[in-house]
Amino acid sequence: MKRARVAYGGAIHDAVEQARGLQLEDGRVLAEDAVVWLPPLEPGTIIALGLNYADHRKELAQEVTVGAKDEPLVFLKSPGALIGHRGQTRRPADATFMHYECELAVVIGRSAKKVRRAQALQYVAGYTVANDYAIRDYLENYYRPNLRVKNRDTCTVLGPWLVDAADVADPHQLVLRTSVNGKVTQQGNTRDLISGIPDLIEYLSDFMTLAAGDVILTGTPEGVVNVNVGDEVVTEIEGVGRLVNTIVGDEPFGRA
Amino acid sequence: MLTVYQALAQPHGWPVAVDAPAAFWAALAADRAGPRFLPPTRGTVYGTLLNHADALAAIGDQVNAAPYKAPPRAPVLYIKPRNTLAGHREPVVVPEGVAEVEIGATLGVVIGTTACRVAEAEALSFVAGYTVVNDISVPHASYYRPSLRFKCRDGFCPIGPAVVARKMVSDPISLTVAVDGKTVHRSRIDRLVRPVAQLLADVTEFMTLRPGDVLMVGVAAGAPRARAGQRVTITINGVGVLETPLVAEA
Repeated sequence: MKRARVAYGGAIHDAVEQARGLQLEDGRVLAEDAVVWLPPLEPGTIIALGLNYADHRKELAQEVTVGAKDEPLVFLKSPGALIGHRGQTRRPADATFMHYECELAVVIGRSAKKVRRAQALQYVAGYTVANDYAIRDYLENYYRPNLRVKNRDTCTVLGPWLVDAADVADPHQLVLRTSVNGKVTQQGNTRDLISGIPDLIEYLSDFMTLAAGDVILTGTPEGVVNVNVGDEVVTEIEGVGRLVNTIVGDEPFGRA
Repeated sequence: MLTVYQALAQPHGWPVAVDAPAAFWAALAADRAGPRFLPPTRGTVYGTLLNHADALAAIGDQVNAAPYKAPPRAPVLYIKPRNTLAGHREPVVVPEGVAEVEIGATLGVVIGTTACRVAEAEALSFVAGYTVVNDISVPHASYYRPSLRFKCRDGFCPIGPAVVARKMVSDPISLTVAVDGKTVHRSRIDRLVRPVAQLLADVTEFMTLRPGDVLMVGVAAGAPRARAGQRVTITINGVGVLETPLVAEA
């Protein structure tokens, strides 16, 4: 099943995918563009991976100070950065390099403490798509990547759907693709993850108890390019979802 | 605001007066037969790196060397996730193989009203109150990209005992850490690179803070260490006394 959270008709609803778009829990069937999409869950802890695809590591080689055999590069984000499908993300006027990151997001389904990798997938509730923007102009060499780069309002897009784990046959065989204004700029496959989902759950749950609703953003493959105001950025993962986002400038926020 | 105070300042199952003075909390928290204290918020808890003048002075010229290459420009923040939050007197496990943990004692500023792009002059009006935070770490040398293993272990962020309403607190200034009753660290909270109002202005420029979120103002230099079997007590005058027993991994 594919589930969503949307705003429609003055209320927030749970919805499921339907041939013509989506169906609210009260029975109403609506087109995709008739609703406001929210992130498909209200997450707890949001854990993100840096440099978890070999090709992306190569792409950012000058910044990498660790080898592939070191522990996963993990950082945290807060729920305030999230927006849903078809939302708008702000590109500040002074930014010169702002890029998307298409990532498979893993949603934890139950409390996980010191879980072994062989059992780890049993703790996954489902999957969704994340587009985790970064603005590299603001990168500083303290607690990388610092929150001003990676945890800005509107800069983490999540959705459209939370797809039940049972409906994803192999989360390590999924094609990821990003297109900007219809042109494909990033392609990859989750089979190339350096630390796969069971590795990550085993690693994290060894020192921090994961809880239902925690989300792991598993990292992005190579092909990150700058995006500009007006661009439509579509991050898509086969069988999981197609997440649409538009870049806007400072004006709608009264900052111009 | 009333709702926020009540939600934030309520120990488990114990309805309390709104806007109680710190002395009220102190009496309650000191009463061993009193209520169990849960972490007084469910918001996101943020730490601020190198915002204490003494901490910045202690790192000195290293900020210009690799891997940092420059002093911090904007506030550098980190997150203590929900698994780390622990209430007053809740035991915290020191992991096996770790001799001592570092006690990052600091003031927590608790947000009361959604704060986005707040002006420095107005910033304090977005603050619900203050609390005491113990930002525990496994000691590590580098600020470059510390592993979550060092800072995000279960229980590594004791907080409380309560949120004392802002209007009940005069400027909190002095902080002490005691281990087994003996004072091992003193610092001043008013020696910040960015004082609270400026910090809120600079952080909310890029990141909205919501009611219940906590912003730690920054740990001073010379953070003390403690080991399993010891009892850590952090005192911020007018805000609270936060006690944390450290225990060995079972």
